[in-house]
Amino acid sequence: MRAHLVALVAFGVLAVGAQAASPPNAADLEAELVCPVCETTLDQSDAPVAQRMKAFIRERIAAGDTEQEIKDSLVAEFGSGVLATPPKSGFGLVAWLLPLGALTAGVLTVVLLVRRWSRRRGPPGPERPLDADLERRVDEELARFEG
Amino acid sequence: MAHRGKLVAQGVAVGLVALLFLLLVWTLVTEEGGDLAAAAARGERPEAPDFTLERLDRDGNLTLSSLRGKAVVLNAWASWCLPCKEEAPFLEQVWREERARGLVVVGLDAKDFRTDARRFVRRFDLTFPIVFDGPGDVAADRYGVTGFPETFVLDREGKVLEVFVGGITADEDRARLRAAVNRALAT
Repeated sequence: MRAHLVALVAFGVLAVGAQAASPPNAADLEAELVCPVCETTLDQSDAPVAQRMKAFIRERIAAGDTEQEIKDSLVAEFGSGVLATPPKSGFGLVAWLLPLGALTAGVLTVVLLVRRWSRRRGPPGPERPLDADLERRVDEELARFEG
Repeated sequence: MAHRGKLVAQGVAVGLVALLFLLLVWTLVTEEGGDLAAAAARGERPEAPDFTLERLDRDGNLTLSSLRGKAVVLNAWASWCLPCKEEAPFLEQVWREERARGLVVVGLDAKDFRTDARRFVRRFDLTFPIVFDGPGDVAADRYGVTGFPETFVLDREGKVLEVFVGGITADEDRARLRAAVNRALAT
């Protein structure tokens, strides 16, 4: 049992290591980078500069660069606007945190509203007795209806 | 208490909407780009937006306002742009012929790789100053360049006299540029 566990952990470590060491995929990178002229992702663009960037990505993959190194090189040339998703640091972090903040605010609003509505409705109060005149008329109507 | 909370929430919501509106107005007001060409065409001589950018032809930076007192031909280009290749030799010729009279041609390389831009400079034997605007912040955002090439002729006070959208390749465009340069040098 212990040997199985050790083998499983070793397999997991090797699998993660192999994934980290595998070269970046050009198609994935082209979907994560933006053409600075037409402002669509590289995989959607045939603009001359986009074609040049695609060639650059392939050159750098062949040279052994990691995904992050390739992205950093392109940011150094074209600025951070070349990234399809904003960076998770500095001002770019706002773009990631804002939807989360909005979602939290929405959930809080719903919770507060539900609490308020349930409080307003409250438990049912004691039954009010009918006044004598109304009770007499109801009895008469019922008697007429049944008779 | 609940009423007060409601008022605060309403105040925050109104404040946010006002903030977004102000942001929109600010963006529209500061987006001077396309207006430069239109204003120059109306003969208004708008101020050319200043910039400091890295030089590609040598080490260091170049600040546009440091060229006050000289006429400037500011040419926005990229190495992947075909008309830029066609007009480059003509701009080099104008620079060589008119620099003694006080003209500076400045190449504004945008949305490009530095290595490609340097190769372009060597290929066309360009000797005028070249600055690098990789993200296109100056070309697109401050000068409103939407396609390459685009050329701005500035007078000695840094005002835009004339704008050329597209390549200066036809004889009439070349004559128009020379006339604009002469007017800029005369200021």
